[in-house]
Amino acid sequence: MRFRTLAALSLTGAMLVPLAACGSSGDSKNEIKIAYQQATDNNNKVMQNFLTGVKKEFEKANPGKKVTLVPIQATENDYYTKLDLMMKSPRTAPDLAYEDTFLINSDIKAGFLQPLDSRVKSWDQWPQFQDSAKKAVSGLDGKVYGVPDGTDTRGIWYDKRVFKKAGLPADWQPKSWDDLLAAARAIKSKAPGVTPMSIYTGKASGEASSMQGFEMLLYGTDDQLYNPQQKKWVVGSKGFQDSMSFLNTVYSTGLGPKPSQALDANIGTNIGTDWFPNQKIGFSIDGSWLASTWLKSGPKPWADWSKNIGWTAMPTQHGQAPGKTSMSGGWSWAITRQAKNPDLAWKFITAMQTEKNAAKYDNSAQNLTVRKDVATDPSYLAAAPTVKFFTDLVASTHYRPAYAEYPKVSTVIQEQMEAVTTGSSSPSKATSDYDKAVSDIVSGKTTKESGTK
Amino acid sequence: MTASTTVARPGAAPESSGAARVPLRSRTFLRGLPLLPAVVLLLVFLAGPIIYCVYYAFTDMQLTGATTTHFVGLANFRKAFVDDRFYNAILQTLIFTVLSAIVGQNILGLVIAMLFRLATKAMRSIVGALVIAAWVVPEIVAGYVLYAFFRDEGTLNEILAFLHLPQQNWLYTLPIMAVSLANVWRGTAFSMLVYSAALSEVPAELTEAAAMDGAGLWQRFWHVTLPTIRRSVATNLMLITLQTLSVFGLIFAMTKGGPSNKSTTLPIYTYQTALQSYEIGYGTAMALVLLVIGALFSLVYLRALRPEAD
Repeated sequence: MRFRTLAALSLTGAMLVPLAACGSSGDSKNEIKIAYQQATDNNNKVMQNFLTGVKKEFEKANPGKKVTLVPIQATENDYYTKLDLMMKSPRTAPDLAYEDTFLINSDIKAGFLQPLDSRVKSWDQWPQFQDSAKKAVSGLDGKVYGVPDGTDTRGIWYDKRVFKKAGLPADWQPKSWDDLLAAARAIKSKAPGVTPMSIYTGKASGEASSMQGFEMLLYGTDDQLYNPQQKKWVVGSKGFQDSMSFLNTVYSTGLGPKPSQALDANIGTNIGTDWFPNQKIGFSIDGSWLASTWLKSGPKPWADWSKNIGWTAMPTQHGQAPGKTSMSGGWSWAITRQAKNPDLAWKFITAMQTEKNAAKYDNSAQNLTVRKDVATDPSYLAAAPTVKFFTDLVASTHYRPAYAEYPKVSTVIQEQMEAVTTGSSSPSKATSDYDKAVSDIVSGKTTKESGTK
Repeated sequence: MTASTTVARPGAAPESSGAARVPLRSRTFLRGLPLLPAVVLLLVFLAGPIIYCVYYAFTDMQLTGATTTHFVGLANFRKAFVDDRFYNAILQTLIFTVLSAIVGQNILGLVIAMLFRLATKAMRSIVGALVIAAWVVPEIVAGYVLYAFFRDEGTLNEILAFLHLPQQNWLYTLPIMAVSLANVWRGTAFSMLVYSAALSEVPAELTEAAAMDGAGLWQRFWHVTLPTIRRSVATNLMLITLQTLSVFGLIFAMTKGGPSNKSTTLPIYTYQTALQSYEIGYGTAMALVLLVIGALFSLVYLRALRPEAD
């Protein structure tokens, strides 16, 4: 009997152990936790290597302090989700979070982040950062919530071999959307079998469709998505409908990939690893990082790529000033509201953002710098033949109106693009459907005027 | 008290003297004690999330973009019932479930199980191994394999081209059909196993007797075999329906719900709303609707399980 009681009690105890383990947490006054995205490709350890290096320096310079790296291995969208879930609870919130500027305003509005104004004001490195990058990490309240660590731009990549067949120049500089269509038509007639051009579209490509696809068009018109002066979302703009019409022309007259290819989630990979290397495409509106696919360490090493592939800027609609356009994203380091050691976290940011470390990261990540000193650093400019061109594009780039509503608005754009691409909707209907959906999302805070960019 | 209990039940076997010394109530407690942690774990990790889920469904909770969460009553459900994409998701879910589970897996599983009884042992092991292999493969792997099979430049089109047959493009033109076929490919093994077991329980005398009476193959199946395995059919239908209702990875890997939402089932739409548009409240409300749909299906099957004459 006594044995049974004992057995029952000890079994109970044993089963309670896992429960008790749930409650344990080890936070120390001298520790900071850093959450960042770890690429799903296990060969890509760029961020980890960089952070490990800075961590070593930092722990040596600050004895007794401990830096814990919290890699989140996930795709981009899943990373945002996981990071937000972590920041929601004081028990899991990291001290430092790697924030996409695309989502930073949403997270500011959710109260996940701390303003850094008093810290950056007294920081001697802050003047080195470009204004556009500072704007990208500022909230609607005008306060700074992150330190940007780089950006990207978008342009046009074209295959010189295909261009030669189509009688197009090796040094191609399109001046308007019509130039793009003319080149595509020339490729279609003179280089049959080659997909003349690609512009991302539809939900499967996600944010790439909104940004590399639609916004590269829209921000080259006189309109934009959001009127920053009135702080309202733009509806019913001519630029929006013109952009949809461009898309319609590309996909209904066979200048783009087949809709089934365009709406395949893997089109981005296909373009980089198959279509360009194998002369299957004329040109693609794509990100500044495309060439990293062909690096020795990339997924499709291609030693001769720079002889065969050219890059040029995306023209504005009719060539209106400044003649070219681009879109930029970028990432930043932010201190969370729930951070246990915000001062130490800030110290770590400053350790990452010395000129030397910033250049080191940009070079290994094929990242475009947002620092004036790194932009003239010889090691940075020598890292890839495309770096200078795409860095210079930062001057004529645009940032997304990355407010809390943006992710939803972006999804609507992708859906309407998809409808136009498949031919199930017309450009004018897509525009009015978009207007209606956006009005719902932002509860009527819309305007018909685009304001100044 | 214990003594009198023993006396009051003269028919009962005398209880062991050891147990009899402990009062009944505390004995029940002691015996139940080891269950307690399991119950607590279930409450915390199973009931807890479900109750939370029900609560969230009535709030405007967002993953990011809002500091506070408000109780909004039925607003999420009202929103759902005027949301075209929600109706589309329900429709796609029903098509997917009926096509791939109730028709595809169920009937194919039964047919294979019946053919097994006629097949040679070697044939049985080869086919069985192949079918079960598809089932053992992780969902995401199966999704990717079938994506590679159905895509434009995929294996299926290579085979069709070799045979000089017209090519297909179902991932684009008929995505719900493609993912349904994929689910049949992946899930048939389960039904096959259930039916193999059920069929081996059908007494041979019954079918033999029916054959003696002149019943044909179809009549024997319809009037003898099927009624005998009726319960297995209902159990199998219930299990595969509930499994299929919640299929996510397979569809996500193959089509991500597209194009133009033509394969967006409820789990996919829930994911899109809760984790891509960050509307946790609305997404959770939809997950609850999925729960209700599952419950409705289960009710129908449970009724079928209920004995009729016996």
